[in-house]
Amino acid sequence: MKKLIIAFLMAAAPVLGLASGGGAHLDDADIDLSDQASLQRGAKYFVNYCLSCHSAKYQRYNRMAKDLGLTEEEVKKNLMFTTDKIGDGMDIAMPADQAGEWFGTAPPDLSVIARARGVDWIYTYLRSFYLDDSRPFGVNNIVFPDVGMPHVLWELQGAQKAVHKTEKDSAGNDVEVFDHFEQVTPGSLSPEQYTEVARDLTAFLSYVGEPIQMERQRLGKWVLLFLAVFFVLAYLLKKEYWKDVH
Amino acid sequence: MSMMQNLVQWIDDRYPMTKVWNEHLAQYYAPKNFNFWYFMGSLGMLVLVNQILTGVWLAMSYKPDAELAFGSVEYIMRDVDWGWLIRYMHSTGASAFFIVIYLHMFRGLMYGSYRKPRELLWIIGVIIYLVMMATAFMGYLLPWGQMSYWGAQVIVNLFSAVPVIGPDLGVWIRGDYVISDATLNRFFALHFLLPFLLAALVFVHIVALHKVGSNNPDGVEIKKGPKGNKWSDKAPADGIPFHPYYSVKDIAGVAGFLFLFAAAVFYAPEMGGYFIEHPNFEPANPLKTPEHIAPVWYFTPFYAILRAVPSIAGSAFPGVVAMFASILIMFFLPWLDRSPVKSIRYKGTLYKVILGLFVVDFIVLGYLGVQPTTDLYKLMAQVGTIYYFAFFLLMPIYSKMDKTKPAPERVTQ
Repeated sequence: MKKLIIAFLMAAAPVLGLASGGGAHLDDADIDLSDQASLQRGAKYFVNYCLSCHSAKYQRYNRMAKDLGLTEEEVKKNLMFTTDKIGDGMDIAMPADQAGEWFGTAPPDLSVIARARGVDWIYTYLRSFYLDDSRPFGVNNIVFPDVGMPHVLWELQGAQKAVHKTEKDSAGNDVEVFDHFEQVTPGSLSPEQYTEVARDLTAFLSYVGEPIQMERQRLGKWVLLFLAVFFVLAYLLKKEYWKDVH
Repeated sequence: MSMMQNLVQWIDDRYPMTKVWNEHLAQYYAPKNFNFWYFMGSLGMLVLVNQILTGVWLAMSYKPDAELAFGSVEYIMRDVDWGWLIRYMHSTGASAFFIVIYLHMFRGLMYGSYRKPRELLWIIGVIIYLVMMATAFMGYLLPWGQMSYWGAQVIVNLFSAVPVIGPDLGVWIRGDYVISDATLNRFFALHFLLPFLLAALVFVHIVALHKVGSNNPDGVEIKKGPKGNKWSDKAPADGIPFHPYYSVKDIAGVAGFLFLFAAAVFYAPEMGGYFIEHPNFEPANPLKTPEHIAPVWYFTPFYAILRAVPSIAGSAFPGVVAMFASILIMFFLPWLDRSPVKSIRYKGTLYKVILGLFVVDFIVLGYLGVQPTTDLYKLMAQVGTIYYFAFFLLMPIYSKMDKTKPAPERVTQ
């Protein structure tokens, strides 16, 4: 049995490198969850570009409609392609085992990806695909080296290549490190517009990660205010009682 | 007699209601000089009640099934009315419990609350701490995220490192060769059961406390001092009735605590990845080991000790022994301290420095426990481990060498 476990772990070892986030610098996503227009745009990009391979199965369409200020009719007409039940989660039709064959690994569900990776990571990831002939889909990613995913937003962003520079590591050897991207072919959007797309998508994924978060923070103010008043009263009550302790 | 008095009399004839009320609250005389540190006991009970109540409500929607567990937590977060609040109160409560209890234990260390006649009180407390750790460990598996899974894998593997019986022991704990659905099911059952055992132990802890009486920041035994206060001729002169004086004071403490607690629940429920670790938002995957496995913060000092001890002949067993010893050594504390005084207030510079360094050591070990090992960190953890054990094992020597001040007869204000 022990051998079997070891064999299991050894088989898993090559995957470990894949899972690594890399030590790349992450840009500040600077999202605004109170900006419903941004979230609505993010939802539009998500269902059009992501939702054919990635699910967000814990996010229900009707909840999204309510939270993003849309009517259920609008959601049904414009954002719902995989189901006709408004109470369903944002699931996909692609079977996970086949997806695993196609991409090397099944595309993960994105319901709580913003909480696992962080919004800055997603924002940077979406903008860090670069041309790499050694990869099956011809692209690689700086923050997720050797990622199995193609650059699905390439039409919008166009293609860019990674420019590396040579630096000395601590042992004095030359190492190639990533420096900046260089646009090779333009996309249908300007770089500034594409950055906004990435930000809207990131904002939407952050919302999907925890739909209650805005409400939680709104409510928190009142809870803290109540507790502060309660503390003052409790303290005064204590002082009153303790007057006769000497 | 009024209806109410009649009812109380009727009950008192059949159950010692008024007697219990008086003995433990209205006529339980606690020293009048309690300070900030004495809030922690009542706060610990508050958090335990919070954990049991929120836990029972979570269990109404949670599914202890490897296929469904992760999704059921998201169901609680999204679809159950106020489920997100109940869940955050529970997850934040787990960390709050350890913060409060670590402060409570440190209070005991500072004021010598483990010294005669409170040895058994201290020992019951250490048992409570052990049961708390077991409960927290099993609870952490339940969300069935990556860190739940691999954290449990690492900890259960510790038991597998025991010579001869280890591998069988590991299988016995997991109910399988790896952490699996069977493990999740039994951990859920035990995670539901243990808090009630904890509540029973807290009851015993309080019975023991009320037998010997509370210690205080001066380490003065008020029961041995003069008698007579404005409430009773026979009660200690330095005592005041727990109710209403400490009950109202504790309410203020509860309000202050809840303010901080709510701030965490509403504004930082993940606490930057310390209360809820980020990798735990990925479902458990037995085939994908995370790059870096770290237990939750409250276990990390002991995890650092585990990793600091070198393996012998490829077996991690010595580290496992050191880790368990670092907790079990607390049981012996009452007999290790040979100082003529109880409280830090009357101990000398030597003891104060050593205790201060112990606090630093515990925090540094906690930090090292969440970091990946490097040569420097490993060396630091080894020094920290040696200091941790030296604090206890050399206590009979340095507590005697220490130049103490004479302790007062009566409590000071």
